Amino acid sequence: MTGRMIGVDVGGTFTDVFVLNEADGSATVAKVPTTRPDQSGGFLDGIGREVDDLSEISVVVHGTTAGTNALLERKGARTGVICTEGLRDVLEMRRRDRPRTWGLRGDFEPVVDRRDRLEVPERTLADGSIRTQVDLDSVRRAAKQLLKQGCEAVAILFANAYANPENEVAAVAAVREIWPNPHVSASSEILPEIREFERFSTTALNAYLQPEVSGYLTRLENALQSDGFDGEFMIVQSNGGVMGVNTASRLPVRTALSGPAAGVIAAGYIAQSAGFDNVITGDMGGTSFDVSLISKGQTMLSAQTSIDFGMVVRNPMIEITTIGAGGGSIAWVDKGGLLNIGPESAGSNPGPVAYGMGNDRPTVTDANVVLGRIDPENPIGGKLERLDVEAAGNAIDAHVGELLGLSRLEAAEAILRVANSRMAGAIRLVSIERGFDPKRFVFMPFGGGGALHAGAMLAEVGISRAIVPRFPGVTSALGCVIADMRQDFVQTVNTLVTQLDEAALGAFMQEHVDQGMALLGASRTSFERHEISFELDMAYLGQTHTVPVPLTVTQTNGTVTAPSKADIEQAFDTAYHATYGRLLNNGVRRIMNLRSAVTGKRPKFDLTSLAPETEGVVAPSAIRKVHFGHAWYDTAIYDRLSLPVGTAIKGPAILTQPDTTVLIEPDFQGRVDAFGNTIIEPQKED
Amino acid sequence: MSEIDPITLSVLAGRMEQIADEMDATLFRAAFNPIIAEAHDASHGLYSATTGDTLVQGKSGLPIFVGVMSFAVKAVIEKAASDGDLEDGDIYIFNDAHIGGTHLSDMRLVRPYFRNGKLFCFLASVGHWHDVGGAVPGNYNPAATEVFQEAFVMPPVKLARKGAVNQDIIDILLRNTRLPQSAMGDLNGQLGALDLGVRRMDELLDEYEAETVSAALESLSNRAEVLMRSELQDLPDGRWEAEDFLDNDGIIDAPLRINLALEIKGDRMVLDFTGSSQQCAGPVNIALPTTVATAYVAIKHVFPSLPANAGVMRPIEVIVPEDSLLSADFPAPTGGYTETILRMIDVVFSAFAKAAPDRVVANAYGTINALSIAGKRSNGQPWVMFSFYGGGHGGSVESDGLNHGNAPISTATIPPLEILEAAYPVMFRKWALRPDSAGAGAHRGGLGAVYEIEVLEENGAEAFLFGERGKFPPKGIAQGGNGAMNVFTYEQDDGWKAPPLVSKTRGIKLKQGQAVRLETPGGGGYGAANSRSSEAIARDVARGLVSDERADQVYGTAWREVTP
Repeated sequence: MTGRMIGVDVGGTFTDVFVLNEADGSATVAKVPTTRPDQSGGFLDGIGREVDDLSEISVVVHGTTAGTNALLERKGARTGVICTEGLRDVLEMRRRDRPRTWGLRGDFEPVVDRRDRLEVPERTLADGSIRTQVDLDSVRRAAKQLLKQGCEAVAILFANAYANPENEVAAVAAVREIWPNPHVSASSEILPEIREFERFSTTALNAYLQPEVSGYLTRLENALQSDGFDGEFMIVQSNGGVMGVNTASRLPVRTALSGPAAGVIAAGYIAQSAGFDNVITGDMGGTSFDVSLISKGQTMLSAQTSIDFGMVVRNPMIEITTIGAGGGSIAWVDKGGLLNIGPESAGSNPGPVAYGMGNDRPTVTDANVVLGRIDPENPIGGKLERLDVEAAGNAIDAHVGELLGLSRLEAAEAILRVANSRMAGAIRLVSIERGFDPKRFVFMPFGGGGALHAGAMLAEVGISRAIVPRFPGVTSALGCVIADMRQDFVQTVNTLVTQLDEAALGAFMQEHVDQGMALLGASRTSFERHEISFELDMAYLGQTHTVPVPLTVTQTNGTVTAPSKADIEQAFDTAYHATYGRLLNNGVRRIMNLRSAVTGKRPKFDLTSLAPETEGVVAPSAIRKVHFGHAWYDTAIYDRLSLPVGTAIKGPAILTQPDTTVLIEPDFQGRVDAFGNTIIEPQKED
Repeated sequence: MSEIDPITLSVLAGRMEQIADEMDATLFRAAFNPIIAEAHDASHGLYSATTGDTLVQGKSGLPIFVGVMSFAVKAVIEKAASDGDLEDGDIYIFNDAHIGGTHLSDMRLVRPYFRNGKLFCFLASVGHWHDVGGAVPGNYNPAATEVFQEAFVMPPVKLARKGAVNQDIIDILLRNTRLPQSAMGDLNGQLGALDLGVRRMDELLDEYEAETVSAALESLSNRAEVLMRSELQDLPDGRWEAEDFLDNDGIIDAPLRINLALEIKGDRMVLDFTGSSQQCAGPVNIALPTTVATAYVAIKHVFPSLPANAGVMRPIEVIVPEDSLLSADFPAPTGGYTETILRMIDVVFSAFAKAAPDRVVANAYGTINALSIAGKRSNGQPWVMFSFYGGGHGGSVESDGLNHGNAPISTATIPPLEILEAAYPVMFRKWALRPDSAGAGAHRGGLGAVYEIEVLEENGAEAFLFGERGKFPPKGIAQGGNGAMNVFTYEQDDGWKAPPLVSKTRGIKLKQGQAVRLETPGGGGYGAANSRSSEAIARDVARGLVSDERADQVYGTAWREVTP
């Protein structure tokens, strides 16, 4: 199959389109403004710029923030809940937490209004026995009432449905007979895992997103098809895998971190192609710095996240740690005389002082501007004519320099030093918390601002090199084209290993494999191979936190052979020892959940097709004064994309391209590798 | 000591906070017992080599420990000074609450940190162990009249000398708990956290000179003091009083008074608790360190942006009358300290509300509600379901109070009912918000909760409750109304009953199929009820959070004209 593969990432400001021509491996990128409120305009516009005939497209993969935005802005559908008698308030009561530790302020409104949360007689106990049969007449009455109240979507949330879904399944069937659309979510279908708040929240948020996200995706698919598109349309999930558009419409909650996940997938692939298996990525945007870690080519997954206070989504998702230190983060001096960066941010609107759009408090970007690291005559992104260096300097004087007794340049350097230290702290914490030494990793900055801080990250954390991808501004769109197709499944088992019913566990595994393979089979994409992995969440009896225990499981022609108790005990001991460094004598081993992942590996394209020529002229386009430490340096400015493979440039130097500025500090050098990436490392002694 | 440049200071402040945070994370991950692993009832920090004052403390531990840990370190400093044998690699351990504050469940480990043969600072770890002996599993004994009925008492002793752990101490510890495996897991976790702290300090001091770091620590304390003074200067001068009461001490059914006079003068503040009740028979006494630490917790809630170090307390004087329940002597029981310190926080807020109502929130639900249900299964295996329950937070100038929040002294989350039902023979008939529990106001309080728990075990079970706010409601501020009081009832053959001491009871026998019901307080309201918008009232009524009758009664009937 040959044609065009297209990745589309819709961000807050720009829609990025990455087009791969499968016939010759060539690639092009387009950046168009994101359209609002309907993002499909920019989406189609971007594709249209690069491809005339949509019938040539074999696959479109989309990283979307439609779901995230609907959650953050509370713009999902009016949603109803039908739940177990006595438990209508679980969504509102959360796990008895609070928004902030100190101050005791703030309240919380769940996405489902209390009026739209109705109880029905039914009860299943923790052992799966049914204490009260579900009253289906009450269920139907509740569904009709919710419809009458104007609900578009509904979630069925029954206690202990993970242990035995019978009551919930019967209720769902009754509701689906009545409900006029497909927006019916059931907790045992979405997340058959113990812990009612997390399961109810994930299910309710799924229902809340269904009308919005499925509507958006259907509009996109229809528009593509009416222009002649006949390929497959897929969506990136939070776990970094892709899913078909039908699955995404059914499980929109799995798109919560779609866009950022695609970026991490791309970063991992770019680094691996360039010879680096261990990577820490740093995506620096206007308000935040997002860090993620890839070890031996594997992205790290976390089990759940809170989109906002009280809005918990439990699904495997690529672990991304965010701190409030972006280009727009505001520098300020507290009453005790300490310099702070963020968390308040000027964002991209009004943005840094230098943008001249109304903010008068200095930001990280303003410090970069004052020190000459950002070219005031050619702002990236192309929205502004020029940057106001003087205004940025005045703001730094007034809000930092005068309060600390520092000159303008000293104050600007101080802002960067504190910002860099916080970013480095995030990198350290992300790696150390997982037991990794950050010095064994390379750092990959992407997003608009990351490459300005790469040298500082190396110096602060002790990382040996940074790798700046050739197109750091379209990393997420590239990731869409690379991502594999993946489905995750979970089932709570909750048993001691000694009491495990191996056949029952095998049956759950088989069911996950069958469902996963059916989804891969229904896809029109070709896969190089399939991968199936199983993990058990296990702990000693009495311990709360479980450790993930990977299982090696035999499969023959898609038939799973259940692991034995001895296999499981041994796998647990290995995993537990690796985590805690010791085992517990006479500890009783317990299995909580089974987690399965079914992955279809998509063919990868060769990144050398993005590389520049191997020969060419290396000459600076200009010389500019840039401030480092205590002095101004004459700094050579290069057009980055025209630098041939193999070029080595000693710092201080700045490489420019339309969407990014790459800074090579004194004592560092930059090297263009065979893929067009820039490798930044300390200068070698000559 | 040389003055440190402000930039290095900012950088070092972040680095040292991170060390404490990493120590927290290490214990949370390794701990066996859910009170540490899930509820984060633990804390870590760096403390002054000479005074024991808090230098830096982790962000994720329990708020109350932010103030109290330095007392544990001070106790070790005194002990080491009198023995004259402090050495690198030593680790002290103790749980004595009269010396270190809080209660006997909190096991404290203190380790001197040496650099180039010289004491640089102390590292400390505290964690709430699941069981430390005593008369009641889990150590909440409402009938205790001496600490000895609450738990075994360990004074500061050396768990390790020059890096060699003394197994004798571990043997003593493990023989004095009903859950030795859990205790061993927690102890290992705390030792691991201290090891990590030492490694991180080594790395930090390799990178920055010890003198630079010392200068930074001193400077951070000084700056915290400056911040506190500047906050106080923003407030009006004056003297404001507030009082509130505990229901009883669990032994004698008489209310206990907590009295406060708050005085602000320029950049100084005095919290004078003179007039508070005498030391009492039951376990709601607290030791002096706990009282001072609680004042700090209350202040940090009023000024949330202040850093967590001792400099904050320098402009503040805390006056605690001798012989009062706020400075109880050994061996007075202190196991129910949570209730007393919650009331202290309430009176601080109430007094502050008179000085600057917009700076504080109205009273939160004000009780930890430690409820245990315990029994034996058919196979003879004992079981104990022990948990704390949530209630409403107070309204503020910004918004209504939070429904079903955690206690101001804690950040603990509640276990999901499915986890409890899977582990114990119980079923929650109800786990819901409690209508009409919120204090009325322009911004009403948050709602409390109703939990109704049925015993499924055929052998039945016994219930124990250590709660408060059964006789005195959480107060509103700035003319806001009070929240509803705590109500505990239990089912017997002849109907629902309430215990004589209202919020405290022990050994209630429940048969299979019988239940207990805990209705927790809502938060107090902020501002006069008649200034609440009709739309907000009508919406609350439509949602069933406030009944028609109560709305009419506290807000008037204008809301009836509004369509929600």
